[in-house]
Amino acid sequence: MASESLIEIEGLNFSYGQRPILKGIDMTMGRGKVIAIMGGSGSGKTTLLRLIGGAVRPTSGYVKVAGQVVHKLKRDELFRMRRKMSMLFQFGALFTDLSVFDNVAFQMREHTDLPESMIRDLVLMKLQAVGLRGAHELMPNQLSGGMARRVALARSIALDPLLIMYDEPFTGLDPISLTVIGNLIRRLTDALGMTSIVVTHDVQESLKIVDYVYFIADGVIAAHGTPDEVRRSVAPFVHQFVHGEEDGPVSFHYPAGPYAQDLKLEGSFA
Amino acid sequence: MQRATMDLWVGLFVMAGIGALLVLALKVGNLGTYSANDSYQVTGNFENIGGLKVRAPVKSAGVVVGRVTDIQFSTETYDALVIMNIDTRYKFPKDTFASILTSGLIGEQYIGLAAGGDEATLKDGDTIMKTNSALVLEEMIGKFLFNKASEGGSNENSGKN
Amino acid sequence: MPRRIVTGIQSVGHRVIDSIWRLGYASRFFLLTLIKSGTSLHRFTLVIRELYFTGVQSLIIILVSGLFVGMVLGLQGFETLQRYGAESAVGTMVALSLLRELGPVVSALLFASRAGSAITAEIGLMKATEQLAAMEMMAVDPIARVVAPRFWAGVISMPLLAALFSAIGIYGGYLVAVVLIGVDEGSFWSQMQSAVDFRYDVVNGIIKTCVFGVAVTAIAVFEGYDAAPTAEGVSGATTRTVVTSSLAILGLDFILTSFMFRGMG
Repeated sequence: MASESLIEIEGLNFSYGQRPILKGIDMTMGRGKVIAIMGGSGSGKTTLLRLIGGAVRPTSGYVKVAGQVVHKLKRDELFRMRRKMSMLFQFGALFTDLSVFDNVAFQMREHTDLPESMIRDLVLMKLQAVGLRGAHELMPNQLSGGMARRVALARSIALDPLLIMYDEPFTGLDPISLTVIGNLIRRLTDALGMTSIVVTHDVQESLKIVDYVYFIADGVIAAHGTPDEVRRSVAPFVHQFVHGEEDGPVSFHYPAGPYAQDLKLEGSFA
Repeated sequence: MQRATMDLWVGLFVMAGIGALLVLALKVGNLGTYSANDSYQVTGNFENIGGLKVRAPVKSAGVVVGRVTDIQFSTETYDALVIMNIDTRYKFPKDTFASILTSGLIGEQYIGLAAGGDEATLKDGDTIMKTNSALVLEEMIGKFLFNKASEGGSNENSGKN
Repeated sequence: MPRRIVTGIQSVGHRVIDSIWRLGYASRFFLLTLIKSGTSLHRFTLVIRELYFTGVQSLIIILVSGLFVGMVLGLQGFETLQRYGAESAVGTMVALSLLRELGPVVSALLFASRAGSAITAEIGLMKATEQLAAMEMMAVDPIARVVAPRFWAGVISMPLLAALFSAIGIYGGYLVAVVLIGVDEGSFWSQMQSAVDFRYDVVNGIIKTCVFGVAVTAIAVFEGYDAAPTAEGVSGATTRTVVTSSLAILGLDFILTSFMFRGMG
């Protein structure tokens, strides 16, 4: 398993100024797997993706992708490595001034010298994989949310990456689109032999498709395991998260002083 | 929008822009009739240039033949050194007479060249020997008043200055 | 009371430091844009696309305003010059005003509010919708791919637009003075031609517009790239583009004019 791992993260710390976001994360992600990273809003999930992509530098510790420490790469080495990874942004981040076809062809045109006829074939193949070959002439503003995300998915597999990172791919989708995207992630990962990291807080959908789950809370890994282990888990945090309970280890209330004191009730009783 | 249509519009835009630049250069800026490349430089010493400015036209018989390129003050002769570029198409005799004239009563001042009779012509770097200063309106009025005053003074011995 | 004064001074100091920091960042960004312009030069279709949006789409406003400004100049010039019996100099007045000042300045102001704000809004929106981040993750530099083509398209469009503005303005003056009022056509053109110097008036005007073009587009792309990635952030940046570039145009115009036309006294 160790030799099969694509990403190794060890002792990863990151802070914005004085505020620590991630505190000592260790993870291993194997090739050909779909890994979910879950956690509440603002728990540092997206930051973790940015660290893997080399957009920010860790305070300490490292992220290794395919044996290379990301933050030690020079800019052109980093750019070379990024051609092997892709990222699907929350709302797709399609280039609004380009058509669906041109969006998918974007990286091929930027990074390869392929002839236009071959680019055309490749783009139509990628769009066929997400079921939108017929939409290749549309502009992004003519697409529904789910379609836009499928186009973005086609765009992110354009250069057959080793790794795709999904930042909240299920946000704002109707149940049908949600299932479509979930199944696409699973199918493409298997078909292309790549690794997928899905950052999400959609528990039910992601548990159906992933191989392994990490829970992040307050900058540390609170729990991890396979979907079955997670469903059976009795750890309070995992239980609260999976079943969406209002109160538990993650408190409903933002930390505050005594309620009575804030309402100035103490004085009137004294 | 199709790329071809866009290219067409951009092409039209660039052509129109360059066309406008040409209009400004040729029709407005008068580049066609006068350019500084083919000109020779002569200098004239004037006692007083009045309101003459750099870039003022140099005219002969009312035709623009060149322009003033620089005005300096000479500490040797204590007069003004006016350097002008004259179109090589126009040759002037050595003894050409240069004077500073005014177009209209309040118009701009220019240099008027009146050809002499010498066989030799002015060459690049030559100096015009015969010059006539600008008529300064204040001096003229002053002179006029002074003359009037002295006339009046000889009669009634009461001046007005 | 002294505490209030202290915080006041502190906030002024913060503002000053902040604006100096921003100026430094903007300069670094401008240099980066220049350094990374190679892509837009050898893939000129990228620039042509932006020329369409900045140049072609600004044509109507530039042409219509140019015509009206020229017509007003013709009318006002005639009114004033007539008092001195010099109405034939109206062509000179229209041409010199347009070539030296109004052409470059007014067209740059229009350009800032039409094309500059559009550039800022577009880049700002691309940032807000994570398109720039996506590009970065695809190993494509957004400065080279998005910023530089827009910058060069602006720099190329500005002198062309200003030339069109001045040219059509002069014809607007002609329309009013010669066609409507009846100033002699020959003296309109000939007086203009004898007074306008190609190098001094036309070329200096073009230099001005080039400087304005660089200033306006540099401000526009920077504000877009620097915008906070929210709706308010983008709209604020768009406003800042118009305000900052208008001030920059007028300030630069004063500096350039004092260098260029000082000899005329």
